[in-house]
Amino acid sequence: MRCVVGIDLGSTTTKAIVLDEHGKIVGQGITNSRSNYEVACAVAREEAVTSTRFSLLERARAAHPDGESVKADMKELQKAFRLELFLEELKELSDTMLRELDRSLTQRALRSVLRPAAEKILERTRDQAPAQFLGDAPRRSDFFRDLASAAFNAGAEEAAKEGSAPFEPLIGLFDRAILQVETRVVKADTSTLLRRAVQRIPAASRDKLDAVVAEASKEPIDEISFTGTGYGRQTLPFPKSAIRSEILCHGRGAHRRFNGTRTVLDIGGQDTKGIQVDDRGVVTSFQMNDRCAAGCGRYLGYIADELGLGLHELGPLAMQHKRVLKVNSTCTVFAGAELRERLSLGQRREDVLAGLHRSIMLRAMSIIARSGGITDEFTFTGGVCKNEMATTMLRQLVAENYGSQITINIDPDSIYMGALGAALFALDDVREGRPAMLPAFVANAANITPPIDLESAAACVTEH
Amino acid sequence: MSENVEKDRSQVRQKQMIANHFERLSRAKEEGKKVVYTFVPGNLTELLGALDLLPVLPEINALQSGMRKKSGGYISAAEKAGHSEDVCTYVKCDVGMLKNGNFGPTGTKLPEPDLLLLSYTGCFTFMKWFEILKQEYKCPIVMLQVPYQSEGEITEEMRQYVAEQIRDVVVPALEQTAGKKLDMERLREQLRWSAKAEDDLVKVWESAKKRPSPIDGYFGGVHYVGPIFSSFRGSEEAALYYKELREEIEERVARGEGAMTPDGPQAKEKYRLVVEGPPNWTSFNDFWRMFSREGATVVASTYTRVGGLYDQGYRHSPDKPFESMADYALGCYTNLNLPSRVNLLEKYIKEYDADGFFINSVKSCNSFSVGQLLMLRELEKRTGKPGGFIESDLVDPRYFGKANIENRVQSYLQMLDARMNRPLVPGEGLPVALPVLGRAP
Amino acid sequence: MSQEVTTLGDPAAPLLARAQAAIEDRSLNGVKAWKAANPGALAIGHMPIYTPRPLIEAIGALPVAMFGGGDQVDIIRGDSYFQSYICHIPRSTIELALGGDLDALDGVVFPAICDVIRNLSGMWKLLFPEKWSAYLDVPQNFDRNLGGKFYGLELRRLARELHQRGAKELTDDALAQAIADENERRAAIAELDLIRQKEPWRVRASEAYLMVRAGAAIPAREHTKLLREFLGIAGDRKTRAYDNVRVVMIGSFCEQPPIDLLRALEKAGCDIVWDDAQLGMRTIEGSIELRTSEGGRSALDALVDAYCEQGAATASRYIGNEVKGASLIDRVQKTGAEGVIFAAASFCDPALLDQPMLETALNVAGIPHTSFKYAENTAQFQVIREQAGAFSDSVRLFGGGA
Repeated sequence: MRCVVGIDLGSTTTKAIVLDEHGKIVGQGITNSRSNYEVACAVAREEAVTSTRFSLLERARAAHPDGESVKADMKELQKAFRLELFLEELKELSDTMLRELDRSLTQRALRSVLRPAAEKILERTRDQAPAQFLGDAPRRSDFFRDLASAAFNAGAEEAAKEGSAPFEPLIGLFDRAILQVETRVVKADTSTLLRRAVQRIPAASRDKLDAVVAEASKEPIDEISFTGTGYGRQTLPFPKSAIRSEILCHGRGAHRRFNGTRTVLDIGGQDTKGIQVDDRGVVTSFQMNDRCAAGCGRYLGYIADELGLGLHELGPLAMQHKRVLKVNSTCTVFAGAELRERLSLGQRREDVLAGLHRSIMLRAMSIIARSGGITDEFTFTGGVCKNEMATTMLRQLVAENYGSQITINIDPDSIYMGALGAALFALDDVREGRPAMLPAFVANAANITPPIDLESAAACVTEH
Repeated sequence: MSENVEKDRSQVRQKQMIANHFERLSRAKEEGKKVVYTFVPGNLTELLGALDLLPVLPEINALQSGMRKKSGGYISAAEKAGHSEDVCTYVKCDVGMLKNGNFGPTGTKLPEPDLLLLSYTGCFTFMKWFEILKQEYKCPIVMLQVPYQSEGEITEEMRQYVAEQIRDVVVPALEQTAGKKLDMERLREQLRWSAKAEDDLVKVWESAKKRPSPIDGYFGGVHYVGPIFSSFRGSEEAALYYKELREEIEERVARGEGAMTPDGPQAKEKYRLVVEGPPNWTSFNDFWRMFSREGATVVASTYTRVGGLYDQGYRHSPDKPFESMADYALGCYTNLNLPSRVNLLEKYIKEYDADGFFINSVKSCNSFSVGQLLMLRELEKRTGKPGGFIESDLVDPRYFGKANIENRVQSYLQMLDARMNRPLVPGEGLPVALPVLGRAP
Repeated sequence: MSQEVTTLGDPAAPLLARAQAAIEDRSLNGVKAWKAANPGALAIGHMPIYTPRPLIEAIGALPVAMFGGGDQVDIIRGDSYFQSYICHIPRSTIELALGGDLDALDGVVFPAICDVIRNLSGMWKLLFPEKWSAYLDVPQNFDRNLGGKFYGLELRRLARELHQRGAKELTDDALAQAIADENERRAAIAELDLIRQKEPWRVRASEAYLMVRAGAAIPAREHTKLLREFLGIAGDRKTRAYDNVRVVMIGSFCEQPPIDLLRALEKAGCDIVWDDAQLGMRTIEGSIELRTSEGGRSALDALVDAYCEQGAATASRYIGNEVKGASLIDRVQKTGAEGVIFAAASFCDPALLDQPMLETALNVAGIPHTSFKYAENTAQFQVIREQAGAFSDSVRLFGGGA
């Protein structure tokens, strides 16, 4: 399959989207952005390509005469595949950690204590992984760092309580190791992982699945063009010809997701954007928050810190308001002071929080007004659109200021809009005969992910 | 203009003129020359010239300090001394420079003023600025109130008010300082040279109507207006400079050359822009390159008109010295009301066949900045051309967020590009929902 | 020590409540009622500091002082037109206008205050082309025959333009009468100021503020009546003297401080014996004299002369040859104040540029001072209260030389 890739390097997460030649989304990937942007981009792209492979699998399954009978198994296969990825990654972490332990001079004295403790935690994490991935219970995060970190924290606490190993050195060891793992690009051997994943499917379905996998694996995934975008204040690790502005990408992506879109509001961690697009998704005007951070995601982060709450807890808490108190400070710093003063006056936390949410959305409304107001349809994207109080306030303010006839689109997956827009631009470039190539670090030297060699893959599984 | 490009004759001349001027200033006290501190807008350079008074322009010193990366320290010094972080950084830069020994752009100590000539009140901050200097220097001060063109025109009442002030207040104060009477014939002579230089400057500006434009009318433009805005208008030397400059530009046109940029002549003029607002001085070339390297040339700008709307017909006139100086002061770009400013920009966008317009909104200068967001919308409505908008400052390096500004400039130019000529892959409805897979580390 | 004026049984309470209600009338229902009672008459808004209200009254129109939106207006469209480094009053003014709250006004005068208000006048022309508006260039040259002459022509232009839009023609008699009415009002305000200075516990600054502000959108005569009523009652209030520090508050001439800010300062132990909030109501010091004896000077000339010769020193008024800060020191001495509080709106160019010069003058004179910034919608005063408390303590303990 010939396809194009769009990557959006954000301040907190990096996203990738793969489109086929017809502009259909066939793969998407996400990872946490980290100090090394190149790795973040490579990892997100790798994920998206793997996800593309599953799109091919799904197509092959649908085309297979017995396809319908293994529909459920395909879902299980995806879970199993993710589990295999996790285990692979865990092995990498384990190797790194033990190597680090051997190398570290400062921990020489503790080595005999730390090693068994670390091995115990790693082993238990490995043992618990199948239940975590194959079951139906939702995971707290899909990022390896989060999952491993949670497991290791719990394990280290336990070890400290038992007195088998001290907490700080154990966590320190983990931190050093995860940092190394995170900044390395390790190309996943999809074929091997896939074969292993198949082994986890009930034997009855395995043959049919094998056939589907065999069919889908024949096709190479050929990445023919690439566009990168991202959080503008950072340097993007892409060649200039392959970069498109995040504004253009967000506008285009949102328009692709909701075709009627004419106005886009994107509230991210670091900035707020009001974007107007035409009927083709081309940005016709845009405005961003100015120097001050008032009215972007960071404002809520600051408030959450001020109250000692998690960011995700703010919205639900604010939804319990009895009334929306008027909060005038849009300045991040003053808002904290105002919050403290109001709480000290005995005002309800929920009511003040509701006011703060209203205040941030008022700022956002100003930025939209600055960019030209709201024209039907209106699409809200970015991290803050997951906050229920924020969306409630937005709906209310849109109705008050632009009438209740405006269609408001909010998609929890809106985090991919930038990458989607970027991929569409990559497709434009292909059609204009000037595709930009993937940077080597992202593509790992070749732009073609070859068809899967099933025989040698099978051999790998056996050896394993 | 640039480090790595060979200098034109006119550039060499301008540099020499500036060096000579500061040289003269450094010897002023020992030679008994009198020094007048004054402003660019509404400046009465011909009067000063006719009375052999030497002008010092605090605004120009501030912008030079910005270009020489000194302004950050000066501004901090002023803020430490109690000046608010909220206010104009030209003022604070000047105050800080004063507190640091008052060394001017060429590194020589500036002479203290013998007179403070507040030549323009269209900017309220100017009044405060000279009140502050008045507290620092024990010299006389004289003020010329310049009414605002609030209804979009210079009325006879305004003209008379300003001309009377020049005749009855300013000239006597200048004569007092100079220790001699004004020779009207010398003044007329100065005004004649001014008009000549102004004729040539207009030709330079209007050369940008050609494709490709042989000049950048904003970043390059601020260099071209240097002599006529500052201490040299009314001199034969300035007139020669503009003649030479015009000839050079005509040669460029004949050669079909694009605008000069910090990296040499513009290879391909991709976008033609009109710019509103003053430049940022602390990162001047960085800012310029954000445009020039993307193939964007500024064909007209309003900042280059703060020292006179010569292309709209204004000329200094030896026939009506005071009235024409009054019209000059009243006609500064920032003394126009907002509707007039929008009209002028609209005219530039159309006459110079621009693809879009860009606003650099500076924190320091409210007389420029207040209302620019409305101007943006109004211009988009009237011309159908997209506008870009960024915020920065004149000389406060803290207000020039390079990455942030570059992001917006690029977004704007890419938007222009997409709107101008790119066919697009049409939208195709809702995407399939896909599971997130793969190896999140 | 309780510093609250007891409202229980306070004879002034109903009047203060009326004043408070007038301030909260953001949609100008009072103006609508006045227009209904005076069919065909115009209501003309004007921005703060100084607009010659008698001129507007003399042509049968109602001058309406516009003080922004206070702290109760949600700003959306207002913010969309102004960058972050611009003060708050133009935001709320635009917000109110676009929201229809100012529809009762037939026009607006933008007096020369600063570059922001000046450019706002042009924005008005673009946003509301069908409404009359004018920028009023006040003289900075105070020579009767130069700046005065120009100002006189400006005032005539205003009257002429309003006459073309349905106001009465300006006559000398009507203007003389309006000036007399204004002088009455000014005298009443002066009495109110005097009580604040002599017995600040009897009329607090925040209360005086309310009573003056209550006159923003009513004719001078009605305001005088209201003020007289209040003055008649003020002496009967059961209050007692407090040991507070007497301060002059300066810098609040345009964008108004929230009334709770004034109360916070009072609670922190400061008696504000003079301030420049609502300066427009008393820009002219003393009364406006008709100088008919001086070679046929008209009533309009009286307005001009008063502006040139009796204008209060403010950051918007150019002070070239006089000594900067002299008038503030004079004010401190005349009111018996012990210190100065600089309270300027954030990003208020004139006030903030003026401040270091005034501070220099105060330092020379040995007058203690402190400063902070606010916005009309500031809602938390904890920091300001602490700062003012510390200031009043230090002045009380160490006196003027601190």
